[in-house]
Amino acid sequence: MATYLEFIQQNEERDGVRFSWNVWPSSRLEATRMVVPLACLLTPLKERPDLPPVQYEPVLCSRPTCKAVLNPLCQVDYRAKLWACNFCFQRNQFPPAYGGISEVNQPAELMPQFSTIEYMIQRGAQSPLIFLYVVDTCLEEDDLQALKESLQMSLSLLPPNALVGLITFGRMVQVHELSCEGISKSYVFRGTKDLTAKQIQDMLGLTKPAMPMQQARPVQPQEHPFASTRFLQPVHKIDMNLTDLLGELQRDPWPVTQGKRPLRSTGVALSIAVGLLEGTFPNTGARIMLFTGGPPTQGPGMVVGDELKIPIRSWHDIEKDNARFMKKATKHYEMLANRTAANGHCIDIYACALDQTGLLEMKCCANLTGGYMVMGDSFNTSLFKQTFQRIFTKDFNGDFRMAFGATLDVKTSRELKIAGAIGPCVSLNVKGPCVSENELGVGGTSQWKICGLDPTSTFGIYFEVVNQHNAPIPQGGRGAIQFVTHYQHSSTQRRIRVTTIARNWADVQSQLRHIEAAFDQEAAAVLMARLGVFRAESEEGPDVLRWLDRQLIRLCQKFGQYNKEDPTSFRLSDSFSLYPQFMFHLRRSPFLQVFNNSPDESSYYRHHFARQDLTQSLIMIQPILYSYSFHGPPEPVLLDSSSILADRILLMDTFFQIVIYLGETIAQWCKAGYQDMPEYENFKHLLQAPLDDAQEILQARFPMPRYINTEHGGSQARFLLSKVNPSQTHNNLYAWGQETGAPILTDDVSLQVFMDHLKKLAVSSAC
Amino acid sequence: MNVNQSVPPVPSFGQPQPVYPGYHQSSYGGQSGSTAPTIPYGAYNGPVPGYQQTLPQGMFLFLLSDPPASASQSLPVQCEASADFKGLPGSQPFGSPLAPVGNQPAVLQPYGPPPTSAQVTAQLSGMQISGAVAPAPPSSGLGYGPPTSLASASGSFPNSGLYGSYPQGQAPPLSQAQGHPGIQTSQRSAPSQASGFTPPASGGPRLPSMTGPLLPGQSFGGPSVSQPNHVSSPPPQALPPGTQMTGPLGPLPPMHSLQQPGYQPQQNGSFGPARGPQPNYGSPYPAAPTFGSQSGPQPLPPKRLDPDAIPSPIQVIEDDRNNRGTEPFVTGVRGQVPPLVTTNFLVKDQGNASPRYIRCTSYNIPCTSDMAKQAQVPLAAVIKPLASLPPEEASPYVVDHGESGPLRCNRCKAYMCPFMQFIEGGRRFQCCFCSCINDVPPQYFQHLDHTGKRVDAYDRPELSLGSYEFLATVDYCKNNKFPSPPAFIFMIDVSYNAIRTGLVRLLCEELKSLLDFLPREGGAEESAIRVGFVTYNKVLHFYNVKSSLAQPQMMVVSDVADMFVPLLDGFLVNVNESRAVITSLLDQIPEMFADTRETETVFVPVIQAGMEALKAAECAGKLFLFHTSLPIAEAPGKLKNRDDRKLINTDKEKTLFQPQTGAYQTLAKECVAQGCCVDVFLFPNQYVDVATLSVVPQLTGGSVYKYACFQVWCEEQVGGLSLEGRHVALVIPFALTVHVASGIRAVDFFGAFYMSNTTDVELAGLDGDKTVTVEFKHDDRLNEESGALLQCALLYTSCAGQRRLRIHNLALNCCTQLADLYRNCETDTLINYMAKFAYRGVLNSPVKAVRDTLITQCAQILACYRKNCASPSSAGQLILPECMKLLPVYLNCVLKSDVLQPGAEITTDDRAYVRQLVTSMDVAETNVFFYPRLLPLTKSPIESTTEPPAVRASEERLSNGDMYLLENGLNLFLWVGASVQQGVVQSLFSVSSFSQITSGLSVLPVLDNPLSKKVRGLIDSLRAQRSRYMKLIVVKQEDKLEMLFKHFLVEDKSLSGGASYVDFLCHMHKEIRQLLS
Repeated sequence: MATYLEFIQQNEERDGVRFSWNVWPSSRLEATRMVVPLACLLTPLKERPDLPPVQYEPVLCSRPTCKAVLNPLCQVDYRAKLWACNFCFQRNQFPPAYGGISEVNQPAELMPQFSTIEYMIQRGAQSPLIFLYVVDTCLEEDDLQALKESLQMSLSLLPPNALVGLITFGRMVQVHELSCEGISKSYVFRGTKDLTAKQIQDMLGLTKPAMPMQQARPVQPQEHPFASTRFLQPVHKIDMNLTDLLGELQRDPWPVTQGKRPLRSTGVALSIAVGLLEGTFPNTGARIMLFTGGPPTQGPGMVVGDELKIPIRSWHDIEKDNARFMKKATKHYEMLANRTAANGHCIDIYACALDQTGLLEMKCCANLTGGYMVMGDSFNTSLFKQTFQRIFTKDFNGDFRMAFGATLDVKTSRELKIAGAIGPCVSLNVKGPCVSENELGVGGTSQWKICGLDPTSTFGIYFEVVNQHNAPIPQGGRGAIQFVTHYQHSSTQRRIRVTTIARNWADVQSQLRHIEAAFDQEAAAVLMARLGVFRAESEEGPDVLRWLDRQLIRLCQKFGQYNKEDPTSFRLSDSFSLYPQFMFHLRRSPFLQVFNNSPDESSYYRHHFARQDLTQSLIMIQPILYSYSFHGPPEPVLLDSSSILADRILLMDTFFQIVIYLGETIAQWCKAGYQDMPEYENFKHLLQAPLDDAQEILQARFPMPRYINTEHGGSQARFLLSKVNPSQTHNNLYAWGQETGAPILTDDVSLQVFMDHLKKLAVSSAC
Repeated sequence: MNVNQSVPPVPSFGQPQPVYPGYHQSSYGGQSGSTAPTIPYGAYNGPVPGYQQTLPQGMFLFLLSDPPASASQSLPVQCEASADFKGLPGSQPFGSPLAPVGNQPAVLQPYGPPPTSAQVTAQLSGMQISGAVAPAPPSSGLGYGPPTSLASASGSFPNSGLYGSYPQGQAPPLSQAQGHPGIQTSQRSAPSQASGFTPPASGGPRLPSMTGPLLPGQSFGGPSVSQPNHVSSPPPQALPPGTQMTGPLGPLPPMHSLQQPGYQPQQNGSFGPARGPQPNYGSPYPAAPTFGSQSGPQPLPPKRLDPDAIPSPIQVIEDDRNNRGTEPFVTGVRGQVPPLVTTNFLVKDQGNASPRYIRCTSYNIPCTSDMAKQAQVPLAAVIKPLASLPPEEASPYVVDHGESGPLRCNRCKAYMCPFMQFIEGGRRFQCCFCSCINDVPPQYFQHLDHTGKRVDAYDRPELSLGSYEFLATVDYCKNNKFPSPPAFIFMIDVSYNAIRTGLVRLLCEELKSLLDFLPREGGAEESAIRVGFVTYNKVLHFYNVKSSLAQPQMMVVSDVADMFVPLLDGFLVNVNESRAVITSLLDQIPEMFADTRETETVFVPVIQAGMEALKAAECAGKLFLFHTSLPIAEAPGKLKNRDDRKLINTDKEKTLFQPQTGAYQTLAKECVAQGCCVDVFLFPNQYVDVATLSVVPQLTGGSVYKYACFQVWCEEQVGGLSLEGRHVALVIPFALTVHVASGIRAVDFFGAFYMSNTTDVELAGLDGDKTVTVEFKHDDRLNEESGALLQCALLYTSCAGQRRLRIHNLALNCCTQLADLYRNCETDTLINYMAKFAYRGVLNSPVKAVRDTLITQCAQILACYRKNCASPSSAGQLILPECMKLLPVYLNCVLKSDVLQPGAEITTDDRAYVRQLVTSMDVAETNVFFYPRLLPLTKSPIESTTEPPAVRASEERLSNGDMYLLENGLNLFLWVGASVQQGVVQSLFSVSSFSQITSGLSVLPVLDNPLSKKVRGLIDSLRAQRSRYMKLIVVKQEDKLEMLFKHFLVEDKSLSGGASYVDFLCHMHKEIRQLLS
């Protein structure tokens, strides 16, 4: 392998794993001094078109506490038909099916290129996927219409054998029975009353009658199909029916008086959806898809009262402890999320409204269950329509890009312990020898449940080196980690993907350079950012920033080259050079800054940040800026105010937004209509280029970013201006004396100032 | 014992006229003499004249009777009938007098009017009774007879009356003698007597017989039949008739003679009480001796009181019908006693509310509470504010007083009525209730004429009529908003039971057509009422039937613990707009639940849901619940089976009538607040706890209908449902207020409603069948001049959503003499009140105590009469006021009713059901309910279209060669005698012999022959008269089912221990004697 960069890339492509450190410090003490923890970003279901699943089951280590899967790192005695577990060193007999094994006849899982392998399990009944729509009817007429159309369209995208169900809510909650002919039936629930799962099931008639009526006629045995089939029906059977039903959906008929919000029982609706699935299809793949057009205004989980004159809580209110419904609502949704997670179902939230909809309170529903969270202005926008459509896209095999009910099991070699994970998962509370007492993220376990995931879902997994300084690891020793992901494939099969990786141990004293070179600053930035965001959920914003700053300074102190007390002498090696810049942008990002963001927006941004893969996460931290001009092909430029030039077109991708910004001159040309003149066709092409590129991004991204087309001086230009490094502001405009670039009206420090400061602190011995 | 009927005298008059002119003349003559008195009478009745004119005969009668009466009171004169207890003997004598009466219907009629006052004195059995009788005759004989008899009746004595009728005829005495001995002791005598009767039946002949009182039997029979008054003989006292009789008799004769002369005058003056009577009395007695002699011979036969000798309800009804059925009843005069409820008559409103709206126990109220206490006659009014009227009578006019709303007294808030006095040239008016002087608003001003009446009095209903309506202003509306039209919600049980019996399918079919018959306002083309549908078992299903939908939508609410309405728009719809969807729904409901296996049902949540729906729609309305079983599903109002027959006759028996939980009352309260009236139709096949389920309908002004063992194959019931469906409520009222003049106040209310305070009755709904009974007590002394006024104001929303006030006014007389009170009572209303009082009593007291209270009260009433009005006679004589001569028989029926004395086959549910029903029954309903009608089918010619005359409800009256229909408003039996002609059987049942008739049959085959048509027509017409559908049951003589039938023969001893009429009369007599001594 040539460079670490290539190594890293190769590993990522093969295993979907990126470590912050690719050579591991060999003792606990050294590891803690490295500042950035040993951790990795794992994309368990990374798409591997080149990796067909094998049709048999994995061979497991026989030690009950280990149960590691046979992998290429294991030592094999072909004659004795034995293999040694590389995690616990247990010697295991191969199963009889492996009788023909030899050096030349190895099973796939022993080949080094199959460090990641997928098994398909044939056993067990396959249960169909379940999609339960939970639809808010307190919408404007055209919004509701658009939503109805989207839902009807989605029916054609669902797997034909999937089960669908429909719950609508407004002031009341209606569970629609889909099986009946003729008259349409629904069960109605009061929107203000929380019910236990048992009650819900009783009321829906899902519990079996206690006494099967001996006195009346005997119950015919075949009369016992799923009682729940009344509410959940295979798409192919009832799609016509359901299409009609959706078509007849009316806005919530209860009158809403002037000055009031419609009464919206989101909390109860979700509770009923959860209860319904809990009772009927526990532990099978199911999506509860909540479509809501406003905040819950009554019942458990209510976020704001129905008086319009009292606005929904803002960050300001929350800081002042003035959000009276927040705590209770959050508790309600957390309880629901935990139940849902326990059942292996996931909850998607599609919230489309101009105002907030209570995502702050509801976020855990999506966060803990691996569901999607989509925020838009209206259901009648392409943002929602296409995002929703994209959920049902298929991969190269024609399978849906979604998986359900997964458990992620992590095994480590003895020198390592697991500190925690950050991502859309919940702990399964499996203690074991390899679980660390120190927690980072969701810790205290070696297994997590991931109810819904897709090929891009990425988890940050944090480790702790536990090897003691005085027990050195022999030269050339390698640490190993195995990730075992059981999941339900969208084709309803159970599958197991096993990734086993190993890295070299290195002694910090002697091999610091080695370790330095193997630092993956991108991964490290994202992993640190996840930690920061994770902390921000529970801590005050400034504390988190301070923590991040301190970590950064310590890292610079550790790995920078400088003379004490001489900031100008400070240098960072290539493998660290971008890291401070990432941190700078992270500090300014909406993940940590709540200023100018509503609580809902913050929740939304953080939700996505905690599940996207490394590339996307980096875009989120530091948006990408491309510049288009007549001077040459499009080029990436610094995310800096100096890049905003009059004769350029800029394309900024912040993951959530795509901004096309026409420089002042370009905008004037545009207004003058040059692009329509044949002699200026090249201008037309120039204008078109960023649009095409943006389209490309739009095609691939989930959720659909907000697409903004603006120009110099346009109000929407703020999206761009708020992201770029404010190297020119009203404060230093003249000092810089440049005529290019655009000054940003802000008091924020610029990257230059930030760096200067950092250098100063890094070299000072006081710190 | 003897029954002396004052009536008889009257009859005698009557007879003379129609039947035996000759005779009459004579008697008449005498009477004519008496006519003098009549004149005063006429004056008195000033207003009435029309009436009298119309009926010449009546006139006569009046005259006759009146003279005596006239003095004291308007029409009625009391006739006292003295029955000798010794009864039998007494009866005989009477019989003789009576006989004539009985024979001559015409006579009776005339009598009718006056009769009210008739007293029956019965002398105690063995004792003096006979004597009394005996004397009487003589007295009459003295010449007293003709005219006086009436007089005597009124005042002093029955005897006199009797005698009067047969002056010389006094033969009766003989009969008396016989009676005495017989008394109750031996029943055997009865038959013999009976036989005797039959012969006497022919009135004509009797007269003669009377003259010659010789034949006791005959005379006896005659009288009993004809005359209302009865005398019961004291049972045990079979004293040596002869001796006793003699004793009493002796005195009488002289008395009579004396009396007669003096008598008339007396009557004029102080009728009733002491003076007149006493002297008279004395005289009659002496007379007795003569009698005694007669009696002497006869003693043997009479062993028990002859049923024919005692007052017969049938006879009274017939008499009243004949006497008063032909002339309209004009309400202009204060304190008139209206015709009986069983009589068909027209009413002319001239300032007082029609008796169809209000009936009182007495039309003459004692001036002081002391008197009232003494008399023990309850003062109560049975008000049926929305009674339906025959087509000939106009419904109340609507008066619009414009924006200021109806004119009312500022102080007591009484509404403008004909009794308000305009003064100061019409600028002010004085409230007739509280005497407050109010200004007349300028727009209402009108000059007065020379009599102080407003010139426009006859142009304004509120100044000239007893009943009228005001258009209410917005101030009279809830939340100061005009109401929207009411809604009907149909709620159908779709549990396994309901499906299995076919009820649901049937209902859905019926509903389709019923929807065309929703009540509508006046000439409106379509009903403004909106309808909604709910089905339920353990959960509720609401239906969205919005007209824009292609298919109805069903919404299930399973949260029965916390009921709510799941939809707003589309639940309550206009029938015509949504007809297609509704039809589709009703078609589908039976299909949807065809396979249901759900047996549990809920109840409270269903009503709650309906109420919430009305609340959400902001309107009042009515719920129709069709329910089949005990609600045992887990929900509020869950009930358990507590049907425990062991509790009967224990102190805990009352719990059977009380609701199981308070949830029902609470709910009812909420319903009332919302104006939600609830009708419950029960189709149980086992215990459903009617006592609890009926709480809500009861308090919300709804009804309970119960169809036991419903089976759809019984097609007849289909008709039943639809009938009742069409009877749906007319209006959704809000409150009913009763204003009364100062001096009395309303203290107690009975009926289907809720009261949040003690004066205003809150009703969620009221229909034309519902009555409210109000009891009054004295506050202060009443004034004889001004009388007592009663105003009943009903604030309601009409079925088109119009807010209105319906006002009924009634003026009553006040009296200082107890006799006046007794002369103006109405027994039917009294019974109605007493039954309601007793039926409410069982909720709180042991049934036995309630029964005793009733008996005691009745005894007190009669004893008071006897003591104060009926002049001294021997204690052995039972004397009943003419107006109340049926009180014992009716009271006995009440006492024997299922609620107060359950038979073995009566279920707890039935008792609770009946108890609840009676609470809101009107007088006509209680009358037939307690004393069923028994109609012979083949007696009358087949061509006659009228109902055959009823016979008394006793097994003795059944002939095994005949068939009878029996109905009491709830049940309908067709009893077939064992030896009915084969032809009859064939033409009615289409089978060849009696033995082939299916017992328990409930539908008669439709055959094309006159008899079949007639019987079926009769059945239909009976059903049409009742608000509830009566299921027909065919009962064969000697069949098992006959037990059921016999239960309704109320004059007989009942299996459950109820006394026979005769026994009860004796018992009553004993009670009275005890009180008197």
